[in-house]
Amino acid sequence: MRSQEPRSTSSCAACKLLKRRCGPNCIFAPYFRSDEPKKFAKVHKVFGASNVSKILIEVPEEQREDTVNSLAYEAEVRLQDPVYGCIGAIALLQRKMVELQHDLTLARARLALYAGTYSAGIGYTESDRFSMAALGEFPVACGGIMNSFSQTSYQVNQDAHLYDFTQIPYI
Amino acid sequence: MNPGRCAACRYLRRKCPPDCIFSPHFPPNAPRKFVSVHRIYGASNVAKLLQQLPPHLRAEAAESLCLEAQYRIENPVYGCVGLVSLLQQQIHDAEKQLAKIRAEIAVLKSQAQQPQAAPQENLLDIGSNLSFSNHQASYGFM
Repeated sequence: MRSQEPRSTSSCAACKLLKRRCGPNCIFAPYFRSDEPKKFAKVHKVFGASNVSKILIEVPEEQREDTVNSLAYEAEVRLQDPVYGCIGAIALLQRKMVELQHDLTLARARLALYAGTYSAGIGYTESDRFSMAALGEFPVACGGIMNSFSQTSYQVNQDAHLYDFTQIPYI
Repeated sequence: MNPGRCAACRYLRRKCPPDCIFSPHFPPNAPRKFVSVHRIYGASNVAKLLQQLPPHLRAEAAESLCLEAQYRIENPVYGCVGLVSLLQQQIHDAEKQLAKIRAEIAVLKSQAQQPQAAPQENLLDIGSNLSFSNHQASYGFM
């Protein structure tokens, strides 16, 4: 009579998809739980299991969860927008940042105008000084590398609805 | 050896067919581009991705894949998602600052409008003074 060893039902999502045994040292198991099959499926589709494994091996263990989450986000966005992926999202955000900088410049000028015109008898408050001084130097992150996409950012803007910026886990 | 092979086929050490999906986007004079996308995505995934796109969009797709691959190589933990987070934070801060300035403008504007009400009050005061002094006058000349 064959002894019936209990079957392990604890395969991670990666090993389930790859149809292989999930060993105790499986590099994917801590980050791709079996109840989140889509997460690994998307990452596998875009990057491939082998490449994900190589990326995870080269980062320190304490940073692997963040790595997996960023790969999952990148894969999700690439699948939604196969042409531009995250680069499209970055172009949109940069465009928005440039518009905000413009708005801040105008608002600062208006504030100066009002404060200058009507300040007779009204001194600057501490918050006024803060507003005037801390305004606005918001250099847009990584502007240079995106120059090659400046022409396409307008077309990308039409697809703004594709990018769900609320799902980024890092803020 | 075929000198006309694209960077991808050179790297993969294979013949470069006339309809090679990689050759328009990975020319032989830019071998690093393919090395980075191959390292992060793998040749097979890149080929599948490009094949599912109409030809006129493949160049942009290849460029964006190269950029993302570069970001990921330079920052294996966050890749380009780190930049997305940073931009989001900057936008949040800028919007907050803009709201603050607009609120301050609104306050200054409302304070500037208040002195216009004062002259009407003065007229009323003058009017009441006049009636009083007339009254006084009527008494004074009695």
